[in-house]
Amino acid sequence: MEKQLHISGAEAIIHCLLAEGVDLIYGYPGGAIMPVYDELYKFQDRLTHILTRHEQGATHAAQGYARVSGKVGVAIATSGPGATNLVTGLADAQIDSTPMICITGQVGRHLLGTDAFQETDIIGISTPVTKWNYQITKASEIPEVLAKAFYIAKSGRPGPVLIDITKNAQFDMLDFHYQPCHHIRSYKPVPTASESSLKAAAQLINTAKKPFIVFGQGVILSEAETIFKAFVEKTGIPAAWTILGLSALETEHPLNVGMVGMHGNYGPNMLTNECDVLIAVGMRFDDRVTGNLATYAKQAKVIHLDIDPAEIDKNVKTTVAVLGDAKASLSALLPLLEARTHTSWLSEFKVYDRQEYEAVIEGDLYPTKPGLTMGEVIKILNQKTANKAVIVTDVGQHQMIACRYAKFTQTKSNITSGGLGTMGFALPAAIGAKMGAPEREVVAIIGDGGYQMTIQELGTIFQNNTAVKILVLNNGHLGMVRQWQELFFESRYASTIMSNPDFVRIAAAYDIEAARVSERSTLDAAIEEMIAHKGPYFLEVCVENEHNVFPMIPTGASVSEIRLK
Amino acid sequence: MENAWYTISVYSENNVGLLNRISGIFLKRHINIESLNVSKSEIDNVSKFTIVVFTTSKWVQNIIGQIEKQIEVIKVFSHTDEETIYQESALFKVASNLLFDERQIQNIIKDSNAQIVTVSREFFVISKSGRRSEVDALYEELKPFGIMQFVRSGRIAVSKSEMQISSLLHNFQS
Repeated sequence: MEKQLHISGAEAIIHCLLAEGVDLIYGYPGGAIMPVYDELYKFQDRLTHILTRHEQGATHAAQGYARVSGKVGVAIATSGPGATNLVTGLADAQIDSTPMICITGQVGRHLLGTDAFQETDIIGISTPVTKWNYQITKASEIPEVLAKAFYIAKSGRPGPVLIDITKNAQFDMLDFHYQPCHHIRSYKPVPTASESSLKAAAQLINTAKKPFIVFGQGVILSEAETIFKAFVEKTGIPAAWTILGLSALETEHPLNVGMVGMHGNYGPNMLTNECDVLIAVGMRFDDRVTGNLATYAKQAKVIHLDIDPAEIDKNVKTTVAVLGDAKASLSALLPLLEARTHTSWLSEFKVYDRQEYEAVIEGDLYPTKPGLTMGEVIKILNQKTANKAVIVTDVGQHQMIACRYAKFTQTKSNITSGGLGTMGFALPAAIGAKMGAPEREVVAIIGDGGYQMTIQELGTIFQNNTAVKILVLNNGHLGMVRQWQELFFESRYASTIMSNPDFVRIAAAYDIEAARVSERSTLDAAIEEMIAHKGPYFLEVCVENEHNVFPMIPTGASVSEIRLK
Repeated sequence: MENAWYTISVYSENNVGLLNRISGIFLKRHINIESLNVSKSEIDNVSKFTIVVFTTSKWVQNIIGQIEKQIEVIKVFSHTDEETIYQESALFKVASNLLFDERQIQNIIKDSNAQIVTVSREFFVISKSGRRSEVDALYEELKPFGIMQFVRSGRIAVSKSEMQISSLLHNFQS
């Protein structure tokens, strides 16, 4: 990149994006970002801009794109309300460690602090929800700052970066020279596992009687799936996942024992409090995973593999911390481990599995009562997609059911809002996921509540003919809140009953093929038609209105107090 | 876990917005910053934040982890009071006539090891450096005579043990 260009700041931004290998961005234009849009117009053959229908949609689309592809998602917006509309997506990407860059326009340097039209302190607002942010006020800063932004977003524990660029910096000229960033003196993104920690971890694992692995998104972010699987198979240790770790190890793997946490599987939760060594790989002991920390795995020695030193001992006291990238740590650990099996320990999971099957799963997947269950919808979806789809979920009951029952054979296939629990995530994230993996089947599973939070993105799907399959599980309620009201607020259904519009007609208005099903007899064919359809497709499944998701760890309870009903 | 006083020392790049980023970490955890001082450090172009909090050691560890994670932060240390040499500075503005009418004031100044910085026709200014308790004691003694203005700085502190910033920066560089 020795070529010297004398160009505007706005054009420099495009060149930076191209230099970083970006060919697709999401956004919404407005006054303070217009010079950049003018350049996007000129560069449209090399850089595709997808106009979402709301800036929040742009961030979630960028997240979906990033999560499915492993690349950095990019979203751009104007100043003021355009910038503030990015905040939910930034917070979501921050807590779920998603690499994303948001570029916002800002009023001219001379207008900063004057309460100018559409001026807002987006740096101040976005600080707590970004890995890094920076305000550019001079065109000459653009190449270096954007190079830093990409480096920071994707290195170490990934996260969102916001770059705010004043309008004068977009108009002014600079001598452009781009150099990718590989080093910031105050930033050490990847710690290296110490020899002693690896030895100590290996010793614990080799002598454990009832070892248990819980894995999270760290396995996916470091692309450690293969070595992780080798680690599981060599040690013979049962492995359970957090919802962000889902799909890192195929669902049907004999050592994959299911999901931990509030609506996770019975065995992994119960046996968390029975294991003697708990091996946490790239996960952060979120409260939805641990329940009451005072009674979480107290009997176990804890080995925590994580890239972020701030996660060590944050919630759960570790015996051995193995700092570093999961792939590197597991690669270094594997030769130190003995090949073992844990047959009788594994069979303890099976005992709980049978109890859960009889109490919950059988009724969810093979219901005998008339109302459709969310579980049977997911079961048929698995069959029709041969467990190969990218499943994008929103937040609530359908999300938990999808995570519990969807089956995966490929990594980076479960895209959901985990830490932030952002309703409205799925529809725009599915757009991004489809564009990030166009060859794959992408199915957005959404509740009737969350769907209406970002329903305007049907416009984006329509305009781009994005072949996402939208599966709305309509129970006429904000189902998860209703469930809590039933269980903990004596069935006082405060503001959780939804009067919904005709979703099929709404989809049809966007020229999207649409159908509704409410009978078991036509469900299979309806899902088959949805998957067989080449373009975007909308399917509404009217499900049982007052179905509860079980098992469940009530808030504040211990993982071993998980309820089957 | 017991609350205690901790001095958190942050070495960082000198960038706009970093103060906001660091103070936000305390805000998110509902922990009050009792005292804050930002200045240059012993290394060129490296700033030093000295932050005093009254909280538990568990929260201090959590906060250090979060601050250290910030891109422009080089290194964070925390120390208890016993592990540091620390001071605050205070200025007292007092009416000049008191210096002559109330002979006691001169003794108070002498006994407290304070200094008179300036004297004008209307007022004089006393400067006092030392521990919070010493500054408070002087405040209490002067209060009955009337204090026109009072200001106290944030804590500044150096640790008794070494803070290996230069070698750390050197390692980062390589």
